Amino acid sequence: MEWMDLLSSSAFWVAVLRLATPLILGTLGVLLCERAGVLNLGIEGIMAAGAFTGWLVVYLGAPLYVGVLAAALAGMVFGLLHAVLTVPLGLSQHVSGLGVTLLATSLSYFAYRVTFPSVNTPPTITPFAEMTFFKDIPVIGPVLAGQTVMTLIALIAVPLIAWVLNRTPLGLAIRMVGENPAAAEGQGLSVTKLRMGAIVAGSALMGVAGSFLTLAAFNAFFFNMVNGRGWVCVALVVFASWRPGKALLGALIFAFFDALQLRLQQGGTSLPGLPELPYQVYLMLPYVLSILALVVMARRAAYPQALMKPYRKGER
Amino acid sequence: MNLYLERRTEASRTALLLAPLAAIVFTLLICALLVAWAGAPVGQTYALLFDGAFGSRFALSETLTRATPLMLTGLACAVAFRARFYNIGAEGQLYLGALAAVAVGGMHDGVGFDLPVPVLFAGMMIAAALAGALLLLIPALLKTRLGVDEVVTTLLGNFIVLLFVSMMLDGIMKDPMAMGWPQSVALNPDLEFGKLIAKTRAHTGLLWALGLAVALWLINRYTVFGLQMRAVGANAHASRFVGLPVTRVMLGTAMLSGALAGLAGAIEVAGRTSYVTLDMSPGYGYTGVVVAMLAGLHPLGVVVASIFVAGMLVGADSMSRAIAVPNYIADVIVAASLLSMLVATLFAQYRLRRKQA
Amino acid sequence: MTDTLALQLEGITKRFGSLTANDGVSLSVKQGEVLALLGENGAGKSTLVSILFGHYVADAGRITVYGQALPPGRPDAALAAGVGMVHQHFTLADNMSVLDNVMVGTQSLWRLASGRKPARQRLIELGQRFGLGVDPDARVGSLSVGEKQRVEILKALYRGARILILDEPTAVLTPQEVDGLFTTLRGFVAEGLAVIFISHKLDEVMAVSQRVAVLRQGKLVAERDTASTNAAELAELMVGRKVVMPRVQSAEPRAQAAPVVTLSQVTVSNSQGGAPLLDAADLIVHTHEIVAIAGVAGNGQQALVSVLNGLRQPDDGTIRLGPDHAAAPRTPAGWTAAGVGRIPEDRHHEGVIGDSPLWENAIIEDLNDKRFTRLGMVRAQAGRAYARELSKQFDVRAASLDVRTRSLSGGNMQKLILGRTLARQPRLIVADQPTWGLDIGAVAYVREQLLAARERGAGILLVSEDLEEIFALADRIAVMCGGKIIAVKPVAEWTPASVGLAMTGAVPA
Repeated sequence: MEWMDLLSSSAFWVAVLRLATPLILGTLGVLLCERAGVLNLGIEGIMAAGAFTGWLVVYLGAPLYVGVLAAALAGMVFGLLHAVLTVPLGLSQHVSGLGVTLLATSLSYFAYRVTFPSVNTPPTITPFAEMTFFKDIPVIGPVLAGQTVMTLIALIAVPLIAWVLNRTPLGLAIRMVGENPAAAEGQGLSVTKLRMGAIVAGSALMGVAGSFLTLAAFNAFFFNMVNGRGWVCVALVVFASWRPGKALLGALIFAFFDALQLRLQQGGTSLPGLPELPYQVYLMLPYVLSILALVVMARRAAYPQALMKPYRKGER
Repeated sequence: MNLYLERRTEASRTALLLAPLAAIVFTLLICALLVAWAGAPVGQTYALLFDGAFGSRFALSETLTRATPLMLTGLACAVAFRARFYNIGAEGQLYLGALAAVAVGGMHDGVGFDLPVPVLFAGMMIAAALAGALLLLIPALLKTRLGVDEVVTTLLGNFIVLLFVSMMLDGIMKDPMAMGWPQSVALNPDLEFGKLIAKTRAHTGLLWALGLAVALWLINRYTVFGLQMRAVGANAHASRFVGLPVTRVMLGTAMLSGALAGLAGAIEVAGRTSYVTLDMSPGYGYTGVVVAMLAGLHPLGVVVASIFVAGMLVGADSMSRAIAVPNYIADVIVAASLLSMLVATLFAQYRLRRKQA
Repeated sequence: MTDTLALQLEGITKRFGSLTANDGVSLSVKQGEVLALLGENGAGKSTLVSILFGHYVADAGRITVYGQALPPGRPDAALAAGVGMVHQHFTLADNMSVLDNVMVGTQSLWRLASGRKPARQRLIELGQRFGLGVDPDARVGSLSVGEKQRVEILKALYRGARILILDEPTAVLTPQEVDGLFTTLRGFVAEGLAVIFISHKLDEVMAVSQRVAVLRQGKLVAERDTASTNAAELAELMVGRKVVMPRVQSAEPRAQAAPVVTLSQVTVSNSQGGAPLLDAADLIVHTHEIVAIAGVAGNGQQALVSVLNGLRQPDDGTIRLGPDHAAAPRTPAGWTAAGVGRIPEDRHHEGVIGDSPLWENAIIEDLNDKRFTRLGMVRAQAGRAYARELSKQFDVRAASLDVRTRSLSGGNMQKLILGRTLARQPRLIVADQPTWGLDIGAVAYVREQLLAARERGAGILLVSEDLEEIFALADRIAVMCGGKIIAVKPVAEWTPASVGLAMTGAVPA
């Protein structure tokens, strides 16, 4: 398999965009929370909860878009839990997030088993259809045609979130709360309400990211579905310097390498110019790259300055 | 809302000790709702749960077997978290430790290293501890030198390590006897742990875990390093002012934490599995975080918490075979216990006050 | 100047635990007037205005703005009533632009687009009107301190403030910027704004205010019309007549006093650019001597102390210890080992590990000492005995040796720190605000101990914002301003007025 064959095959780019979609949505979700100053490690569990809830609602007969909304709602519920624990109660953001991940994941698995006690093959639904009406557009047509409407939602979410953050008073307030909560307070804003709102909204996005897995990428819910994608999103936010545009770029880069290693597994492990390597090395690549990106960005990161510092008014 | 939290001047010791208990009781009440949803009688379900955990010799042995690695990963996380170093990579450190143990003590080409057994045993344990320690050293250095958040680096490290182990199992560490099932060479049978309870899976590795818990408690309480770890975890800035070598303490803490997780892997191999396989740990590294938090980051508390969590997991397995409640209830119980414990401990240290009008 | 009352505070009282920060303070400010609020550190000025602005809620009393009662504890209500505050420590987001910092919170959060154009226009106009020009798109982190203050002021003006509170505004300004600020304030007065001007500096108060209110230890002790008072009277009112230890005075510096520490051209640069935090400082402290550093907070004392604490390395210049000019150590532990005792400014968060028991904090600087550790083990019995001895000798009152140190009162905590420091008989003591926030008894005790150490031969560098304390204890006074040591002279050659003048940067004749 030659490089040019690979890069010019639209099937490859279809895969890239598909793999990137949950990452885009998840990263935007984490970005929103962190811009407001709160780390949300609940993403791995919230994605699972979103995947399950969205899928279940559709299985029970609702239309697909209702499934997406249900997933968002599930995300918001767990997001609210994390928000209450970390903002007014000021508990450790790390531990609360990990606790939420565990709770959301285990509740999803439990609920799945209760609803389907004795199935061996996971029950399926009809997922989102591919948008084949795009296929006649030159160059990007075939790539878009292989996507579902959820990818479109993800791509639209990027400029939307960027616009909200940078061009609306609400976005300005959220950013201020993440940079200097005392300044926000001094301008009459409620740090608590803004932070909690940002966490809930970001968690909704995370829930939607999870629902992509069951409503578009696959058509069933199975255990270990999220498989670390949530953690990758946390890394990608730093890579993206907390900017939505760069988040999109990061997600695409990660998805590129993910799609690459899938291809290499399927079609043999040799590309010209690359030595014969065990497939695990290619699988490792995306994660190693994420860590490298973190290291590179750590030097220059324009951190939201109040990230991970709980805000207690008037405490001496 | 007109409420705010005010710190109590001296958090009462009893309140802090009762917090975990209050949390667990609250959790069991909440989870009763889940049991009811599954359509099972609540009382009977919980009875089966506890019975499956502690109700018979066999149950107890299973619980203790599960508790052993949890105790060690719990200790690893407790040590690290106390110093505000959030080691979420215990899972990877466990696997690497297991691999190192088999590398030293395994039957390579059907023949183990030709050394006296005690030496080989010591070498195996040291290798495992070292593997875990050095693995965690990387994120620790990234944090102290470059300020890279250790949560993400240790997390991602887990995936990388697992892939590395998979690579080793396909390659040089491959078991020549296994029929395509990815597992490592077997451990030299002379190095395996003996049975703690005859005819069960409970092995003497538990004694090692208990010993390490006590050792850690003693280190914390009586050694200079323990004092330094506590100080740096409580207030790194003041520690720097009074002259403590803060960076060295943090790196030392990280290495200790990694070593404990690595030992968890070695002890699992030597006590339970005899091989390294890709599924030998059902998330012990991650559960260790929960155990550590439930224990209030206290080494002796980890002993209790690990037995509790192991009991829930074992009991739920056995309960779910007898009654139609999915065994995932155990994970829900553990997660809910953790979060309620955080809240309970908070209220032991702070009180709710009303703002004056 | 009309006689309309812009602001009235009645009976404001605020307690933090056992500390009474404000005690029944009643004040009023007229429209078109500058009221100066004068007082030492800890007198209660910042607390009072924080209550006004809604950061804190008073335990008693009420506030009326232009005849309307002000709901307490809500900055948004204060802003709506026309109260604007320029904080001493700027509340600005460095990563965001000037315009962002000014605009945030001024529009409904439900608006779809932030009207930046009209906002930018309004900001520029305000800047021109009051002589406070700043580039709206500049990143705040890149601005100079003076420019940042302009942004803080513009924030308040942009919101239509009719009452402007300035908390120690000149502390961080150059003399030229101070002049510029005063011109601006006169402009405010002409426009009918009411201004509350908090300051330490007597000459500024005289220059810019119409009336002065003096706070001491939480109470309002005097109100004067500026025209009918003078700096000397104000200084006396500010400091009051306190019972203080009579000085053990030696007429001259002792003969053959050897240097304990010598600083030559020590410079500490500012990581965020701009003027260095400590600028080519030259200073010598001798044995049997107390050198007091006077100056308003934020003028380089912190940088000076941090190089002597071992927390920072100087970027330029040298520090040498002792008569043989040994090189300065590079770590805090090194300084302690070299015989330097260090008393930090923030005893709660720097001086002790709050969660650790008292006895551990007593020995925590001496963990290399064979008395307390052996083979990596802590010798708890020896440590506790030492802590017990220390507590007795230095009057540290605590329920037991095992209580968490955070539960000690400020005075007892300071005595513990003092004790562990002095017990080692250090040759140099770096004492940073050692009596700040302590009650009278503890203050007298600390001063007594410092004088005793001086008798024994230690050299002491004392940083203090309490002029009265400086004059009571010092052999020589060094005044700092803007990172430079303006002048160092024996105490007999200073007066409070000349020190105050030097604090503004004016080199004494």
